[in-house]
Amino acid sequence: MLAYILRRTLYAIPILIGVNLITFALFFVVNTPDDMARMQLGAKRVTQAEIERWKAAHGYDKPMLWNARAAGSEKLTQTVFFRKSVRLFAFDFGASEDGRNIAAEIRTRMWPSLALAIPVFVVGLALNISFALAMAFFRATYLDFWGVVLCVVMMSISTLFYIIAGQYLVAKLWDLVPISGYNTGLHAIKFLILPAAIGVASGVGAGSRWYRTLFLEEMGKDYVRTARAKGLSEGVVMFRHVLKNAMIPILTGVVVVIPLLFMGSLLMESFFGIPGLGSYTIDAIQSQDFAVVRSMVFIGSLLYILGLLLTDISYTLVDPRVRLE
Amino acid sequence: MPFTPVILWTDSLLWLLVAATGAYLWLCARRPHLAAPWLRVARSRAAMVSLTLLAGYGAIGLADSLHFRVALPATAASDAPAYSPQVLSLLDLALSHLRRSEETTYSAPLATRLFTLEETRLPDGRLAREYPRLRYGGAGLASEAGWGADVARRSLAGLAGAALLWLPLGALLWPLRRRAPQIPWGTAYATLGAMLALAGPAFALSLGYHVLGTDTVGQDVLYLSLKSVRTSLVIGSLTTMVMLPLGAMLGVTAGYFRGWVDDLIQYLYTTLNSIPAVLLIAAFVLMMQVYIDGHPQLFPTTAQRADVRLLLLCVILGVTSWTSLARLLRGEALKLAELEYVQAAHALSVSHLRILTRHLLPNVAHIIIISLVLDFSGLVLAEVVLSYVGVGVDPSTVSFGTMINAARLEMAREPVVWWSLSSAFGFLLVLVLAANLLADAVRDGFDPRVRVGPAALQGTAR
Repeated sequence: MLAYILRRTLYAIPILIGVNLITFALFFVVNTPDDMARMQLGAKRVTQAEIERWKAAHGYDKPMLWNARAAGSEKLTQTVFFRKSVRLFAFDFGASEDGRNIAAEIRTRMWPSLALAIPVFVVGLALNISFALAMAFFRATYLDFWGVVLCVVMMSISTLFYIIAGQYLVAKLWDLVPISGYNTGLHAIKFLILPAAIGVASGVGAGSRWYRTLFLEEMGKDYVRTARAKGLSEGVVMFRHVLKNAMIPILTGVVVVIPLLFMGSLLMESFFGIPGLGSYTIDAIQSQDFAVVRSMVFIGSLLYILGLLLTDISYTLVDPRVRLE
Repeated sequence: MPFTPVILWTDSLLWLLVAATGAYLWLCARRPHLAAPWLRVARSRAAMVSLTLLAGYGAIGLADSLHFRVALPATAASDAPAYSPQVLSLLDLALSHLRRSEETTYSAPLATRLFTLEETRLPDGRLAREYPRLRYGGAGLASEAGWGADVARRSLAGLAGAALLWLPLGALLWPLRRRAPQIPWGTAYATLGAMLALAGPAFALSLGYHVLGTDTVGQDVLYLSLKSVRTSLVIGSLTTMVMLPLGAMLGVTAGYFRGWVDDLIQYLYTTLNSIPAVLLIAAFVLMMQVYIDGHPQLFPTTAQRADVRLLLLCVILGVTSWTSLARLLRGEALKLAELEYVQAAHALSVSHLRILTRHLLPNVAHIIIISLVLDFSGLVLAEVVLSYVGVGVDPSTVSFGTMINAARLEMAREPVVWWSLSSAFGFLLVLVLAANLLADAVRDGFDPRVRVGPAALQGTAR
């Protein structure tokens, strides 16, 4: 087990290097630091001296990959690639374009993100599976048919509609919760409850329909027929047999997103003014803060790879047939 | 010539796609084994309804994809004809009354007066605050008392026009039913009737009013909604043109050759997959923006710049979304490569390329078609979110995303301006819903598991 985890962790390294190379190519080769400086400084007429000053202040005044003028190992380390990309591996994210420490920002902003993402994830999963079980239980009846129709309609509605309509109805018209904002501690609940509810509602359509398909596929298998043939009630068949066996495909989709919860939700956080990592990312995209976007790309891929690893480990916990060697 | 055609990149690619679809349908008509799954799809009523709706959207989108520049009135100074810098489409021409009818700001659907109070000078010289009459909406009315009668008269005229168009088409039903009796033509005909019953009065009313109101800068919301259709269709369909070759080629190759080729391709898509899609797209788009801003000489007109940006967005979406198709096809190709007919082809020393194209690709075609149709609605919805985030289409391109983005603060106004958002979301919902229903029917028609699979699945596969 330990050897397997170690090997998978090592396997993650080339992937992270690949991610790093892609982002480096995207951010520095397609556009030179000069272009970025001109963009950040904003004005159309920028003198070369100003550009040089900006580059020096933000550490872009080094050669890209190979510093021929430096001595010894500094030939490699005194480069944009080393200082901006390789350092991410040591979780040294540096400073954003407006001079703030990115790592410190992330540490304070992850809590609001998690406070919103975890309830949405847990409640959403429970709700989706319950609806899917109900539809599978009443399969091929009108209840199932209209359930699926409702799911298709719900998944055809844009997430933005849920947010805008929910905010208008609940916060503005009925005045039940504040429209947006955030507070620390338990006071956060009244700010979080609406975005969390909207997050759950916007995922219910696609989620329940997906789980329903999984359950129905499982119910067509021979062991279900055997279970029915030996006289088990439909309820026992559903909960003791089908649900347990469907756990494997469910875990494939679910475990991989758990680490990514950390990244927060872009739309919810920006609409409801929650100071999490999602709104941090969106602000960075909108103000074209490349340092922050680069760091978030790195963290995102790291978390995704962690999710893949966790998925494999979770298989061994629910499926005795799977052995990691 | 009174006009000169302008061929935008997305136009030519869109028409190429139409031609390719036409060629595929022609092939299907001659090969019964290709036509069989489509006939199964067409047997579903939901599929016929959504196909009719999508055809309507497609007609709007394609009419909006024939661009030209109108000639300016000839001047004595030069003999060479001069053309207006404004790029128009066939749809703009058909709706030119809406394009020109700009008010100053918000007005409610079918309103005759502006939505906001303005200071006006009365004939006797005093200043008064009132809701001024619109320049276009209800301008033909002698007095506002005749509003109800005028709206009713126009609606009825529109309905009558729609009926005149719809009823003769009913004659087509009979030969169609004789040729393919298993297809519910009546459902399609009824859907067409419902669409015309909405479109006819809407068009008749649009000649005198803003049917869906106007937005903050006074543009007609109906016009904007119809213009948005093309952007959605371009994103939904051109993206697949990028995704399909990448995903199909790499996926099948990985599954067929195995070994280091497989490792390399798997590494490639795991790496791409591990970057959160929104961030990867954002990074791409930010870089593209820097490039476009840095090279203004490459893009002479706004329309061309916006068009290149739209095309690049499709490419980017394609690059980030081919991975799931590749993974599916790799799994399938791994299985197929073991089958006897591939082994037999090997034994007969058929080349790798020929095995890939003649034996493997046709046998994974159903997966490709299912995932293309499934992805369409997801891409259309993704455009809306990306445009909201600020990494979507060019701000000058009309799309559902830019419409919603511009209108997102309107619900906070007092009184509420609801028509822009409702129109954008309404048009979007119908498009995505139709695409999703069609995708369901296509999956049921193409997926071999549904037909030979367990009884439980067959019972629910309506």
